[in-house]
Amino acid sequence: MSEVIHTDHHAADYSVDQHAGGQHGPEKGLARWLFTTNHKDIGTMYLWFSFLMFLIGGVMALIVRSELFQPGLQFLKPEFFNQMTTNHGLIMVFGAIMPAFVGLANWLVPMQVGAPDMALPRMNNLSFWILPFAFGIMIWTLFSDGGGPNFGWTFYAPLSTTYAPDSVTYFIFAVHMMGASSIMGSINIIATILNMRAPGMTLMKMPMFIWTWLITAYLLLAVMPVLAGAVTMMLFDIHFDTSFFNAAGGGDPVMFQHIFWFFGHPEVYIMILPAFGIVSHIIPAFARKQLFGYDSMVYAVASIAFLSFIVWAHHMFTVGMPLAGQLFFMYSTMLIAVPTGVKVFNWISTMWKGSMTFETPMLFAIAFVVLFTMGGFSGLMLAITPADYQYHDTYFVVAHFHYVLVPGALFSIIAGVYFWFPKWTGKMYSESLGKIHFWLSFIGVNVTFFPQHFSGLAGMPRRVPDYALQFADFNMVSSIGAFIFGFSQLFFLFVILHGIKSGKPAVARPWEGARGLEWTLPSPAPYHSFTHPPVVTDAEVHG
Amino acid sequence: MKQVGTFASVLGALLLVSRSYADELNMRVGVTDISRQVYDLHMVIFWICVVIGAIVFGVMFWSIVNHRRSAGHEAAQFHESTRLEIAWTVVPTLILIIMAIPATQVLIAMYDTGGEDMNVEVRGYQWKWEYKYLDDNFNQTFSFFSALTTPQDEIQNRAAKGEFYLLEVDNRLRIPANRKVRFLVTSEDVIHAWWVPDFGIKRDAVPGMLNELWTIVPEPGIYRGQCTELCGKDHGFMPIVVEVMEEEAFDAWYDEQVKLAAIRREAISQVLTTDELMHEGEQVYSRFCMSCHQVNGQGIPPAFPSLVDTAVTTGARDDHIRLILDGVAGSAMQAFGKQLDARQVAAVVQYERHAWGNNAGDVTQPADVVNLMAGQYRDL
Repeated sequence: MSEVIHTDHHAADYSVDQHAGGQHGPEKGLARWLFTTNHKDIGTMYLWFSFLMFLIGGVMALIVRSELFQPGLQFLKPEFFNQMTTNHGLIMVFGAIMPAFVGLANWLVPMQVGAPDMALPRMNNLSFWILPFAFGIMIWTLFSDGGGPNFGWTFYAPLSTTYAPDSVTYFIFAVHMMGASSIMGSINIIATILNMRAPGMTLMKMPMFIWTWLITAYLLLAVMPVLAGAVTMMLFDIHFDTSFFNAAGGGDPVMFQHIFWFFGHPEVYIMILPAFGIVSHIIPAFARKQLFGYDSMVYAVASIAFLSFIVWAHHMFTVGMPLAGQLFFMYSTMLIAVPTGVKVFNWISTMWKGSMTFETPMLFAIAFVVLFTMGGFSGLMLAITPADYQYHDTYFVVAHFHYVLVPGALFSIIAGVYFWFPKWTGKMYSESLGKIHFWLSFIGVNVTFFPQHFSGLAGMPRRVPDYALQFADFNMVSSIGAFIFGFSQLFFLFVILHGIKSGKPAVARPWEGARGLEWTLPSPAPYHSFTHPPVVTDAEVHG
Repeated sequence: MKQVGTFASVLGALLLVSRSYADELNMRVGVTDISRQVYDLHMVIFWICVVIGAIVFGVMFWSIVNHRRSAGHEAAQFHESTRLEIAWTVVPTLILIIMAIPATQVLIAMYDTGGEDMNVEVRGYQWKWEYKYLDDNFNQTFSFFSALTTPQDEIQNRAAKGEFYLLEVDNRLRIPANRKVRFLVTSEDVIHAWWVPDFGIKRDAVPGMLNELWTIVPEPGIYRGQCTELCGKDHGFMPIVVEVMEEEAFDAWYDEQVKLAAIRREAISQVLTTDELMHEGEQVYSRFCMSCHQVNGQGIPPAFPSLVDTAVTTGARDDHIRLILDGVAGSAMQAFGKQLDARQVAAVVQYERHAWGNNAGDVTQPADVVNLMAGQYRDL
């Protein structure tokens, strides 16, 4: 098995050899999923869990958009509206986007670095199984007396401490569990990447998805404890009469925001760096041309990660900081546009003079580049502090971060699912159904979020259950878009199930332009990815 | 010639339509020097983004159309170009520096809070604003609350919505034109944010912190804004309305308010009939209590308890008064001693003890409140 493995023929032999070598398959029934330590099973659970959370968070978004379809209070009381916006944000950030990326990492990291499994398989099981309980607790509080979290996903004190519903203690506990899960997940990813790469795969030969996830994992390690600290201080303020955030006792509500955003801004990049990695695989594959500037892409990701630690107070320009502080955070924020620009220019140069085809993953990747860049533009506008005073906490901000998170992070996840679907299942999804899904999503996302730029500029605050009459038209359009987008994700479920059930068998390398060790494995990939280290060749990794 | 005229008028009409649309589509230019500078910054950065976007996406779509495999394009295999990579790092950096210069200038101008002609303290409460006109002479100061007046019928879709739906208040903040007004922004409970888009100013109202803002408005008029920081249940229902008055009219109004404040102080020591107390109590209740305890006194348990036939409204009266004055720590029940004067507290206690079928059978006068909490009630 020491031969170079990069043809379908050899890959098939390899899989046979593996079973001949006394390898075992998965257990049967529920025990397989409860006790599994297999990276593919855990990756699958992460992905299905995140999809379930995505649907729940999506239903909450549709409840919000139904209420905002017209001025006046139609269906909801304001206190329930606040619970819906809060839980929508929390569930989408911590329950949908982040676990989806961890699921992709579980599936792909061992296959891309040439390892049999993750470095710490039992911890892998634990880090997943914490999540359903964490979100179970959080969602359950919605049905408790006084309701669930209603203070926005940023849970600013003292609204989230002195003035919070009783259930906030459960919320704090749930956040602690999510943090523990994320920390374990990132330790596992770092340990796997640093210790289990196939011989010959030096750091600067690692696939881009591996690079982005390695950096993301370090961001998680750095900031999740900060979040844990913030919620612990809340807990003490609520139950033990401390005054970290209580001005009446000498505390400082603004300190909460500094701590929160010191976590929160790197968190934003945690949700986008792996997306950069995914798109950096898909565009070269369908342009049939290698990534234009591998080295500069790596350095750009590293610079963005570094900058993400020194820009946090741009979320707080209106909080009342000294002029010098405002200027520092304005300049550092504007600076992020430079490495982000480098990435966009690189993707376009990769496409330039390629030989492009437009299968579903490529469509989602191109939409990612265009719409994420638009989110970047509005981000640059928000960095201009005097103008930010007018944008801050309006729908302009809502439009901005949904552009980077929905057609940004989410589209990259969907693109990744279509791209690696044949490797995971051994089947091809239906290309025509995939394209329908793409166009529905693309139209839906823009109809939903583009008008929000306008309502924001016209002065509509965010997180309001009702609004003045001049905002009525844009809100109606936005609500219609939200329903188009929401239902097109049910169609996504159908496309995936249809592919699993009746897709055509996939070859080992279904995309001729795709490179990477994972494509040297047969489709579907064997239960234990590489039991013998593969030989790393320039044909498969960056040379 | 006639055709040219028609063409010109059609063009003019189109321009007018697009302009009126532009007001809804774009940031408001506003009425102050600062708001215009902010608008200009917004437009500069917007056009920079548009131009960069047009170039970048233009190149990309040209490539998508021309470098397709279905168009027979073979993939080239070039990669990496140090020169190109330096260019696309340096050029954006230069653009950003060019952009940062005017942004810095405007920001410095916005921070110039000195040399004010008058000071107004803006204090956020769940869910209303208090405006206090500050003066070195205590007898020259006065304050009032400003809360939403849009009727529930309009919010609940039982009546047609008015022109200023959700953007109308009982007492407007009044300031004079052409004078530099400094606002000291703070909060009594959670964080709020005070924003008047037409002035180009917004600042968070943070409990325990005093933030500064200033404006000089050249044009008299009525300007509307909203709270822009999530502050709980009725965050969407605490608008800001500022009436900018001609200087002389403002001065006359100010003197009037100072006199009224003196009369109010006097009124605290009066004895009222039960009818007067009930009538005034109902008004106070609807302004300060109803958003939580509801019009029927039933509240929204458990966050906002019922007042109907409960220990508070049927038990010891002095406890009832203390509860209103001090609030309940760790709950949404605020310390209304800081918001209501003795007469208002007396009236609302009387009302709560005798409305919705409650019948405590006692009479509460302003003096009872003053005696109970001597020195702790609100002076104004």
